[in-house]
Amino acid sequence: MKFDETAIVESQRQISDGIYDMWIMTANIAEKSFPGQFISVYTNDASRLLPRPISICETDGRRLRIVYRVVGGGTAEFSGYKAGDKIHILGPLGNGFPIDRSGASGRKAILIGGGIGIPPMLELAKRIQDDKEIVVGYRNSDTFLDRELKLYGNLTIATDDGSLGTHGTVIDAVSANKISGDVIYACGPTPMLRAVKQYALDNGIEAWLSLEERMACGIGACLACVCRSTDKDSHSMVHNKRVCKDGPVFNAAEVEL
Amino acid sequence: MNTRINLAGVELKNPVMTASGTFGSGMEYADFVDLNKLGAVVTKGVANVPWPGNPTPRIAEVYGGMINAVGLQNPGIDVFAGRDIPFLKKYDTKIIVNVCGKSERDYIEVVERLADEPVDLLEINISCPNVKEGGIAFGQSAANVEHITRAVKKAAKQPVIMKLSPNVTDITEMAKAAEAGGADVISLINTLTGMKIDINRQTFAVANKTGGLSGPAIKPVAVRMVYQAANAVKIPVIGMGGISTAEDALEFILAGATAVSVGTANFYNPRATLDVIEGIERYMRDKGVEDINDLIGIVK
Repeated sequence: MKFDETAIVESQRQISDGIYDMWIMTANIAEKSFPGQFISVYTNDASRLLPRPISICETDGRRLRIVYRVVGGGTAEFSGYKAGDKIHILGPLGNGFPIDRSGASGRKAILIGGGIGIPPMLELAKRIQDDKEIVVGYRNSDTFLDRELKLYGNLTIATDDGSLGTHGTVIDAVSANKISGDVIYACGPTPMLRAVKQYALDNGIEAWLSLEERMACGIGACLACVCRSTDKDSHSMVHNKRVCKDGPVFNAAEVEL
Repeated sequence: MNTRINLAGVELKNPVMTASGTFGSGMEYADFVDLNKLGAVVTKGVANVPWPGNPTPRIAEVYGGMINAVGLQNPGIDVFAGRDIPFLKKYDTKIIVNVCGKSERDYIEVVERLADEPVDLLEINISCPNVKEGGIAFGQSAANVEHITRAVKKAAKQPVIMKLSPNVTDITEMAKAAEAGGADVISLINTLTGMKIDINRQTFAVANKTGGLSGPAIKPVAVRMVYQAANAVKIPVIGMGGISTAEDALEFILAGATAVSVGTANFYNPRATLDVIEGIERYMRDKGVEDINDLIGIVK
């Protein structure tokens, strides 16, 4: 079930360069949210029509947390919201990561987040009760969410400029630290996901990737945000799965990146 | 107070429907919208066989609007008839199936296949700007419009709506051509061909280079064209293009539209169709209008 809500901003602060951290009080969405799902956030500016899909970073059943990067006018508007402001959201949307509701599967998990793909890893790390490794990649030492992620698993950091942790990509960090596991959950830019897919394939590890694509409706009706899939999609039977509805999380083997 | 309108012998409980391609077949929107309240659901275009559509990115936001080049991805008539029509049949609303094709033969095949289906009206898309063959090619010359209309009408069991393109010099010529070909209704406008350049990536914002511009930005163009078309033909006109509120819808009705479609607004307000229906009723009460039909085309 999805909900169209006018929710209330509980708090907001900037936690890194261009990265904002907002807690939202919702009637239903927070309670129903699962890690890897996202919400559509609508702007108040009528010249900007389309909702912005933003991943769910954390939920406590009553409140929802989003951590997002300001990339344009829409997200710039959101970054100005103060406690008590209304925020129009739709959610929870998408499928989420395929973890057992109990959080336990007996398999060791590797959670990999890159840049603004890191936030959904927090709720995922909280829910997974198995042994887990968390690997995150940043541009530089201006990090975010790392201290919180550390509470839920062994954390390894990679930075593009080498100013913190492994100099290089998340996969460089995985290799350098000989990190191993039975299943990978990843969210980040497409080049990172491509590398994770290859790494998983080379090492025979099951991998689940959270994809991003330009969206309009966010609920599977408009067919804007499709990705190439190995299997026929359920909507049009043409190997074009909908990122917003069939995803955003896909088995690495089922999508072409 | 009467909000019922009549399109080629089909009575709709109100004049508000969905614009093709913005609402799927209603399945995804049923979480937010009671489909029983809609005058009709106009489905996303369906062809004789599945179409994969265009590469991504397929959409871009522009000031007050959006550009799309989805390219009519659809599952083909067989899957559609087995899944989407039975779904819509559960609701007390009229079913209008939008038909697309790359050739006259394609259109006819779908129209014939729909003859025995519980579909109320057919909308023939001769105006999609995002597919290379067919689509808009049929909609940009009066002779072609008349020809394809006549061919479809010959094969169709249900009344036929011809959906016209705004990407023409004189919309009245196309409207008259559709009427001459035997169209029961015309609908307009489809999207305006547009382009957006992504200055950061220094390339086109949508992979197809061009796409269809929709949303509030195009409304004044749409109202003007609906007014011109409605005054050029005797058959009913369905007006659309940037409608997000009842006020927008009423402009189209006063300009001559018998019914209206809500399109892009569904993306930023999933219950936009219901808001439009409720707003029209409020307007009628406030103005003391007994029958919605008394508003159609009264602005001359």
